Amino acid sequence: MSDTHSTAEKVAAGLGRRRRKEFVFRTLGMFATGVGILFLAVFFATLIGNGASAFKQTFMKLEVELSADIIAPGGELDLVYADFDGLTRAALRDKLPDASGRSQRREMYRLLSAGAGYQVRDFLKANPHTLGTTQTFWVPAASNVDMLMKGNIDATIDETLRPLSDRQIAWIRSLDEAGDLESRFNMALFTNGDSREPELAGIKGAMMGSLFMLLVTISLSFPIGVAAAIYLEEFAPKNRWSDLIEVNINNLAAVPSIVFGLLGLAVFINWMSLPRSAPLVGGLVLTLLTLPVIIIASRAAIKAVPPSIREAALGLGASQMQVVFHHVMPLAMPGMLTGTIIGMSRALGESAPLLMIGMVAFIVDVPTSFTDPASALPVQIYLWADSPERAFAERTSAAIIVLLAFLLLMNLAAVILRRRMERKW
Amino acid sequence: MQSTTLILLLALLATAAFFFGRGRSLSLVGGPGHGPALHSLPGYYGYFVAIWCVLPALLLMSGWMLLESRVVTALVIAGLPESYQLMPEGQLNLLINNIQNLASGDVVSVAVDESMQAAATELNGYLTKSRQLLAAFALGLACLGGALAWRRIDRDFRARNRVEAVVRWLLIGASSIAVLTTIGIVLSVLFEAIRFFQKVPATEFLFGTTWSPQTAIRADQVGSSGSFGAIPLFAGTMLITSIAMVIAVPIGLMTAIYLAEYSTTRVRGIAKPLLEVLAGIPTVVYGFFAALTVAPWLRSTGDSVGIAVSSESALAAGLVMGIMIIPLVSSLSDDAINAVPSAMRDGALGLGSTRSETMTKVILPAALPGIVGGILLAVSRAIGETMIVVMAAGLAANLTANPFEAVTTVTVQIVTLLVGDQEFDSAKTLAAFALGLMLFVVTLCLNVLGISVVRKYREQYD
Repeated sequence: MSDTHSTAEKVAAGLGRRRRKEFVFRTLGMFATGVGILFLAVFFATLIGNGASAFKQTFMKLEVELSADIIAPGGELDLVYADFDGLTRAALRDKLPDASGRSQRREMYRLLSAGAGYQVRDFLKANPHTLGTTQTFWVPAASNVDMLMKGNIDATIDETLRPLSDRQIAWIRSLDEAGDLESRFNMALFTNGDSREPELAGIKGAMMGSLFMLLVTISLSFPIGVAAAIYLEEFAPKNRWSDLIEVNINNLAAVPSIVFGLLGLAVFINWMSLPRSAPLVGGLVLTLLTLPVIIIASRAAIKAVPPSIREAALGLGASQMQVVFHHVMPLAMPGMLTGTIIGMSRALGESAPLLMIGMVAFIVDVPTSFTDPASALPVQIYLWADSPERAFAERTSAAIIVLLAFLLLMNLAAVILRRRMERKW
Repeated sequence: MQSTTLILLLALLATAAFFFGRGRSLSLVGGPGHGPALHSLPGYYGYFVAIWCVLPALLLMSGWMLLESRVVTALVIAGLPESYQLMPEGQLNLLINNIQNLASGDVVSVAVDESMQAAATELNGYLTKSRQLLAAFALGLACLGGALAWRRIDRDFRARNRVEAVVRWLLIGASSIAVLTTIGIVLSVLFEAIRFFQKVPATEFLFGTTWSPQTAIRADQVGSSGSFGAIPLFAGTMLITSIAMVIAVPIGLMTAIYLAEYSTTRVRGIAKPLLEVLAGIPTVVYGFFAALTVAPWLRSTGDSVGIAVSSESALAAGLVMGIMIIPLVSSLSDDAINAVPSAMRDGALGLGSTRSETMTKVILPAALPGIVGGILLAVSRAIGETMIVVMAAGLAANLTANPFEAVTTVTVQIVTLLVGDQEFDSAKTLAAFALGLMLFVVTLCLNVLGISVVRKYREQYD
């Protein structure tokens, strides 16, 4: 009996150590889980901290005299070549009369955005009868003015180290005190295409590019993916060919996305000579990229339909094809749609293959068709992230927020669809 | 005629064909009430006619579209004056390009002479003619096919079987696209890679230690003959991948263990979706975060402790990539851990072992193959990851194991070599495809291995 006694003693002696170990292990697990979530929190905090301000933009109030002397010297208003910038500059000179000499004036003009003249032009185009009157405009201020107002430019450091001179800062302060500067919602972000001027740059072009691409992708990958899943689950004989397809699909799902870009470049652009930078080609590449995701999800959905349904239909005299299309497919549809939405959200966030097929160019115009040169939302983020201006960093964060909002909506739709429609058998 | 109009017309024809076919089958037996006298349901006769109306026409259309530009270009070249036809291929391509631009009213890069203007008019003429011919042929074929099919309908005609056979072939075609994609990837990468290895010996590519892909554009240019030793790229990729794995594997594994064994259902219910959010963030966003938040932070931290950290350090890219991969590792480990039969866990607990002992001595050894398979998939993901390294890692090919220095990776170089204008006969562009081939082969091996290990192991306990 002394043996058991000593075993119990041994166990008791080791107990403290083992419990400590247990505690350490558990804490490590908690810590690891915390790291991921902590990163997520830091990530969103940084993003919103950086990007929220981009939804606001500083505008400047100008009383512009639409003087015919400047813009219509020959008596005829030429909307293309007239000096609209001259009008806004004259208005700014009236506001800040202390600027003397050419260099000081040039400094002063830099407070204005290049978009100010366009705004006046567009106004005149819509209201030609206002020529010669004085109108009040709220025009976008230059991005540096905006950055100063948002506190992103440190006015206390040495003049040579910051993009605004002491004189410019004094002007901005005086304009601000006079109530001529106002922070408003940045509509340009959603209504403009890309631009070299941060205050005029928007994501509409990129969003339209992404939209066209997703249209191509969904209209190809959903039918093809569902058809492939139906064949593999319901019709494919168990042979080498089916095994090959099966292995292939699983592998394709894990092939790096950039390789799909190489495929797109070699096949769609070089061999089929489709246009570069076009949403059509981007959509085709993304179709190939998302097909495995959709096929795998659709197969799971088909597998979940119980065999009794098929047997009942077959027993009533339906052909195999009728069983599948009349009974199995409608029942598996929620699962298939969920898989498709998840595939689409992957396609929306994908950028590496798009770099390969030339969708990374600087494109100002908003695309209007499937073959126009276009960019995509993630690629726009990549392009802006490379720009050195502080104002672009802010806009990059804003574009990311928009992208994540779209992704969140899509995933939410998938979750709701799954909850609402998926049946438990 | 625009191709969209043509497709719309075909769709209209198909709808009409459907009703004609259905109508004929019904009239054969004398009205809707007499359905049973037919072999198939009336609708199937309609589908049969519609398929024969549309399918041949669509096939013709796609074939035509594929060949059109080649044929038209060849015709235009044949119509050019002799002096142009004798030009070297590159110049001729440029000329054709300019003629095309001229024809579509775009900006032309050279002075336009008479023969170019003529060629452009000719090109436009050919294109219009081609479209007219296509429309005529396609619509004619549609009507012909539909009419023939319509004539074949009779009482005993097995329309359902015919339609189902076509649908079946369509399904087979759809499922073959996956195989075609793989073949397409292999062929497109392989051909260009072979052309590359004709210019640069494979041994130099695989074992050379200097990577500087700048090749001279003109023959008389100084320096820059280009050297294509890919070892620094492989080393850089491995360095960043290892950093990512050092982060992702322990954290992912411990997360899976904690969520599977320790956490309450409520914590699990919150933490799991949050980690899935981490998996759903686009990589370009991770890249932005790595380049604009993590890298500067590492640099300033390094400065304050006296370590020189490059602003494009491997560490920043690796860290963020590791965080990106955590959800992948944790979900695959989670699957492996949950696949271990609970009898094993209960047995170990019943013998008096603590939870951590059960985990490390019973469950993890049993789940090890599955976990290793998951890690292989994670490594393949890290090697192929592009945007994070493009944005946060450097371009200079340094052969170093120091995580604080800038290194470059295979994917970064592919992007750098292929973004912008390319010339498809320079070693520089072709090098990207050789790198792509390496990337594809390596990730393919890892994937096949990882997937088969994960699957085999899962079946073992089922």
